Amino acid sequence: MTELKLEKPRSQWRDVWAQFRRHKGAMAALVLLIALASFVLIGPLVWRIDPNFIEPNTAKMFKLRNLGPSWDHPLGTDQLGRDMLARMMFGGRISLAVGSVAMLVALFIGTTIGVLAGYFRRLDSWLMRLTDLFLALPLLPLLLVMMFLFRETVAGIMGPRLGTFMLIVVAIGITSWMQAARVVRGEVLALKEREFVLAARSVGTPARRIITRHILTNVLSPVLVAATLGIAAAIITESVLSFLGLGFPPDFPTWGRLLYDGIDAIRTYPERVVWPGLAISLTVLSVNYIGDGLRDALDPRIRGR
Amino acid sequence: MLDATQSTVRPLVEVTGLKMYFPILTGILRRHTGDVKAVDGVSFSIQPGETLGLVGESGCGKSTVGRALLRLYEPTAGKVVIDGEDVASLDAEALRRKRPAMQMVFQDPQASLNPRMTVADIIGEPLIEHANMSEQDRLRRIYELMDQVGLNRSFANRYPYAFSGGQRQRIGIARALALNPRFIVCDEPIAALDVSIQAQVVNLLEDLQDRLGLTYLFISHDLSMVRHIADRVAVMYLGRIAELSPRDALYARPLHPYAEALLSAVNEPDPNRARRQRIILKGDVPSPANPPKGCNFCTRCPKVFDLCRSVKPELAEVEPGRFVACHLYADTKTAAGANRTATEAKS
Repeated sequence: MTELKLEKPRSQWRDVWAQFRRHKGAMAALVLLIALASFVLIGPLVWRIDPNFIEPNTAKMFKLRNLGPSWDHPLGTDQLGRDMLARMMFGGRISLAVGSVAMLVALFIGTTIGVLAGYFRRLDSWLMRLTDLFLALPLLPLLLVMMFLFRETVAGIMGPRLGTFMLIVVAIGITSWMQAARVVRGEVLALKEREFVLAARSVGTPARRIITRHILTNVLSPVLVAATLGIAAAIITESVLSFLGLGFPPDFPTWGRLLYDGIDAIRTYPERVVWPGLAISLTVLSVNYIGDGLRDALDPRIRGR
Repeated sequence: MLDATQSTVRPLVEVTGLKMYFPILTGILRRHTGDVKAVDGVSFSIQPGETLGLVGESGCGKSTVGRALLRLYEPTAGKVVIDGEDVASLDAEALRRKRPAMQMVFQDPQASLNPRMTVADIIGEPLIEHANMSEQDRLRRIYELMDQVGLNRSFANRYPYAFSGGQRQRIGIARALALNPRFIVCDEPIAALDVSIQAQVVNLLEDLQDRLGLTYLFISHDLSMVRHIADRVAVMYLGRIAELSPRDALYARPLHPYAEALLSAVNEPDPNRARRQRIILKGDVPSPANPPKGCNFCTRCPKVFDLCRSVKPELAEVEPGRFVACHLYADTKTAAGANRTATEAKS
């Protein structure tokens, strides 16, 4: 055989992309998510109003309160006369960042614990009791205590903003990994007995590479589902914390914060609840659809049909 | 093919007193209350280039023997000497280095291939693990293996779902061959395939054996297929070998009552030929967690007598090359097999 007969197997990522593009919902969701992301990232560069700007002149400030949509303030103003559009943009940055990073943290912990518990029988009971322990803990008080105890320390190390962000992300992450861990463990327990894992063992593949090569690739679908749900849960949890005064500082807008601020005035100014609510829902929806499309695209059995 | 009776060559595989017990844990405290004796003292040897068929009904421990041989299970007791090394007692690193010499072809070609890996990845996995090859060399080897098992090279990029059962089994065989093993355990490689495909796969296995000098342990419940491929056949019942004989002798005149009953169930393709009298066994196989006190077969044996119920018969050579574990042949036991120590399988 000569060299030229050796055609290299082509990369599968083009197939994945081709299949992903065939999923209409996922493509629409991807466009939507990109739109949302550019709204919060590029938006503030165009719409240059400080979201925390309150008119210092009290008389003027009173006139600026609770305005409806206008050319100056397309989404109106809030009860202190701050521009809602600017607040939505800045709030979105925080919410999206908290949602995705906290989800990644939760997913990382959950998948690690799930895989270890499922694959290594000796660790199973210990890790699953730990999971049960976390599931049984009342999460909100735990979160509050964590925030209360560590906020000053972390803020001292990393600065108030980054410190709060890291603390919130880690706090949400380590209180929401349990579902993922249980689902992954169940999948791994089933996968471990499949013959292809046995075949890999008979080849002499060490456990760590069996896990990365055979187990992790096959637990992808439940992990993706957990991830999409996790983003939504993280955004909501962050808003709960902010609402209780233990998240970001009160003048620091996030979508969840805006939502809670708006609730007081929901009868008179329903749009103040609608906009952040809509933004959160659209984010969750689009992430969900993208996860769906990604799962299909990464499954070779569905791909190419 | 080798004649089984020649024993001058050192056997490639020598199994002595292999036991595989799965513990039964009960109660909240998971106390060890008993064992499922899946394999209970099995001894045999396989000559280089030989095919040993391992037959028996479902649940008799055939697959467990195959897996314990490759140490996919940790055997409870016994020695498995493959090519001079006792696989059952090797430490992890030595075992890993030993792996290339012994490979396995699995029963269900659907389940034995990772659905998320391409054919090239699947066949290449053993090469990545053991052979320090450049990517180019590895690819060449993968294509070579695909040629060897009769797979089109253009399939290298495809995923297992795109293949038929027979093709999938070829992928499994190619993976087993990747590291040039000397010994392959075929764990019911044809049970999940159509009859027409079965012949192809078995012929492929025979063909590869001739070309590469492979040694097989061919586990199957398909007696006709075993007759086709095996040189010697071991009949298992409830975790023990009932009879181990050269193929032709066994099929012509089975000695153990269980082997006799099992072989009487083989269909004769030619309707004009006189059919063997069917022996229909009564009752069920006893639980391997609680086997009978004497001979494992004593609850169903048509020729049972008192001794069978109290003493377990040992596998002994009753005729040259034929080993039977049955009290019916006990008187001939002392006469034959003085130099053959195929079994010291009592613990």
